[in-house]
Amino acid sequence: MEQTPGWVTLGKDALKPVVAFLKDGPGAFISLHCLTGVDRKEAVEVVYHLYSFEHRVMLTIKVILPNADLTIDSITPLWAAADWLEREVYDLLGVRFAGHPDLRRILNPDTWTDHPLRKDFKMAGVVPKPVK
Amino acid sequence: MDFEELIINMGPQHPSTHGVLFLQLKLDGEVVVDCQPHIGYLHRSIEKIAENRTLVQFVPFTDRLDYIASMNNNVGFCLAAEKLLGISAPPRAQYLRVIVAELNRVASHLLAIGTFAQDLGAYATPLFYALRDREKVVQIFDQLCGQRLTYDYVRVGGVSGDLPPGVDQLIRDFIAYERRMLAEYHDLLTGNVIFCARSRNIGVLSKEAAVNYGVTGTNLRASGVAWDVRKDEPYLVYDKFDFKVITGQKGDSWDRYDVRMREIEESLKIIEQALGGLPEGDPVAKVNKVFRLTGETYMRTENPRGELGFYLVGDGGPLPYRLKIRAPSFSNLSVLPYLVRGLNISDTVCVLGSLDIVMGEIDR
Amino acid sequence: MNYPWMALLFLVVKGVCILAFFAVNAMFLIWLERKVSAKIQNRLGPMVTGPHGSLQLIADTVKLLLKENIVPTEADRFVWWLAPFFVAVPTVAAFLCIPFSATWIVSDLNVGILFICSITSLCVLGVFMAGWGSNNKYSLLGGMRSAAQIISYEVPLLLSVLVVIMEAGTLSMQGIVHAQEVGWFFLKPNVLVAFLIYLISATAEVNRVPFDIPEAESELVSGYHTEYSGMKFSMFFLAEYANLFIISAVAATLFLGGWLGPWRPSAVWFLLKVYGIIGFLMWVRWTLPRVRMDQMMAFAWKILTPVSLINVLVTGWLLVIKG
Repeated sequence: MEQTPGWVTLGKDALKPVVAFLKDGPGAFISLHCLTGVDRKEAVEVVYHLYSFEHRVMLTIKVILPNADLTIDSITPLWAAADWLEREVYDLLGVRFAGHPDLRRILNPDTWTDHPLRKDFKMAGVVPKPVK
Repeated sequence: MDFEELIINMGPQHPSTHGVLFLQLKLDGEVVVDCQPHIGYLHRSIEKIAENRTLVQFVPFTDRLDYIASMNNNVGFCLAAEKLLGISAPPRAQYLRVIVAELNRVASHLLAIGTFAQDLGAYATPLFYALRDREKVVQIFDQLCGQRLTYDYVRVGGVSGDLPPGVDQLIRDFIAYERRMLAEYHDLLTGNVIFCARSRNIGVLSKEAAVNYGVTGTNLRASGVAWDVRKDEPYLVYDKFDFKVITGQKGDSWDRYDVRMREIEESLKIIEQALGGLPEGDPVAKVNKVFRLTGETYMRTENPRGELGFYLVGDGGPLPYRLKIRAPSFSNLSVLPYLVRGLNISDTVCVLGSLDIVMGEIDR
Repeated sequence: MNYPWMALLFLVVKGVCILAFFAVNAMFLIWLERKVSAKIQNRLGPMVTGPHGSLQLIADTVKLLLKENIVPTEADRFVWWLAPFFVAVPTVAAFLCIPFSATWIVSDLNVGILFICSITSLCVLGVFMAGWGSNNKYSLLGGMRSAAQIISYEVPLLLSVLVVIMEAGTLSMQGIVHAQEVGWFFLKPNVLVAFLIYLISATAEVNRVPFDIPEAESELVSGYHTEYSGMKFSMFFLAEYANLFIISAVAATLFLGGWLGPWRPSAVWFLLKVYGIIGFLMWVRWTLPRVRMDQMMAFAWKILTPVSLINVLVTGWLLVIKG
């Protein structure tokens, strides 16, 4: 049960080819276990947890996106599991996934404007707009 | 003549959407052309709340994720917290955690089977049988921690209290009782011609698709992938027990039902062994109330609905910097549109029931 | 009957009796169903109102009568208002030809069984009108399912009734009972087959589990009567249970010797048989899951209809051989 203690940080352009290689290559990281984001105030980390049933290794990949440009390639074409997970990260953290087939909010209403898991999100006095 | 597809809004208030799920079905006659799930009706921003609570304070919130299997959530979160802190619970607490987690798994699977049969139109009878048996588990938990639904029994560093006198006998009685009762379920459902005709070959999820969609737990095993975190990456003391990983062959709705039925037996076996080998000692460890959280960790456990993952990030302060809850039902539900395309409404309900989702952890 | 007004009075009295029986019986059946289901599911069922909840249904009826009548804005009002009557009236009418005993029958028509079969099949019109008039997608689906189902199952139902008519040589309900004085019909193998087919198709006719597809709570919320409330809903509800009584009464009359029994009063025998069949149908309802629409249609057309056709043929041969 050796779960790798650390993580790999990738540039955002390298992400898609690397995970595509990991998925189909000898590592056989065929499972996208989790996809999430962490707001680091001046940047947002997108964190991918890939798992290989064959080698029983969980690989954590991080991509650091500066606040100025919160876009990254979608990996939905590789894993259908990424579809909803990317929508969630978009909804809660505002990361845009280029090439995602249907990038809508998933948990919050469509009329919501903020991204609640951002650290600068003001929690007091939040009133959702009425849905038309 | 001009034909148009009929759009039906199934939910958020509908008898068989298992909570506040809203399915937008595009129908051609009765055949589903497209299915669009809309979620978020139960969104309570639990992940945001976690950023403002200490680990100890957050444990009761995990009860509200998958409220059918609160114990398993407690276990999952506490293990994640302990992993981040680098501490571990005393052996007796570990055994007790296994016992309560497996008891809750039995209760959860029973409810899943009951509601699945209800979705197939068996008017309440299997559901009432399931509730009757689940009640026994709930009463055991009631004796154990004073709660019937949101237990908050497992704590960071241990459990909230030792087994009260007499409860181990209650659990042993329940195991014997449930083994007898399983025969009743088999009589009522497993061999039933209508039940089989309704669920066999409906919503077939292949191995590849299951992995691709991130489906985990019983649904993954029903598709033929022999993968169980308890067995393959054992946490707690699961490596000390003898149990089988149950798999299905085809991955249809019937297999998902069947895997749950057989997993109940395996869980009963685990509880029996854990009760037999329960070590002496104090299950309540003395740990701090407030910790400094540094680094990050990812811990996953096998919940009745699949793999529940907690991604816990600390920044040196007492509050988690970020907590991501990887909810099994979330991924399991995302496969629904893929499964129901081309089936009809009755089958949609069948597939949804067999996936066994809980909205509490999908919306979080 | 020398005075015409006497005949009229008799008719009115009989009509009132039938209406009273219609309502009281349906209420009793609802109570019985709740009790039977409770027994099967390890519950108690209604217990609070009256001894063993026996007054529960009266309370429920009063509640339904006093409830506000909500009409959906988009409903096709005329059709929507008319639908419950189309379901309830034929059901009451069918009671006219049910022989409770040798003398207790409102009118022993010489085409009694034909009358019952034809008038109860009018119900499908009301169900479809309800589904259409509600202007609700679930109701529409329920109504369409119902129309398809009832019309399909009418075929094997009538074919199995035909076997009895051939054996009895008469269409009159009393005539059929008298023909069984030598032996109840279901003892003959060909009629036994017809009896089974009749039971299955009749279950489908009254939309009960495993054929409750038009109502299908877990799929269509409650199908064609989703939008109905108050008195209109209770008319559907009463008609459903009255229909249950009628199919069981017809089954008892055609196959189980009707009111024939070893001793008097014969009406007791009749009711015993009827409630026996009803009890069986309730047992089935609370045990089995629901079949799917296409499976049900395939069952009607691919299995029941051919089997009942062959059964009619065999019965004909047997009758010819016997002379």
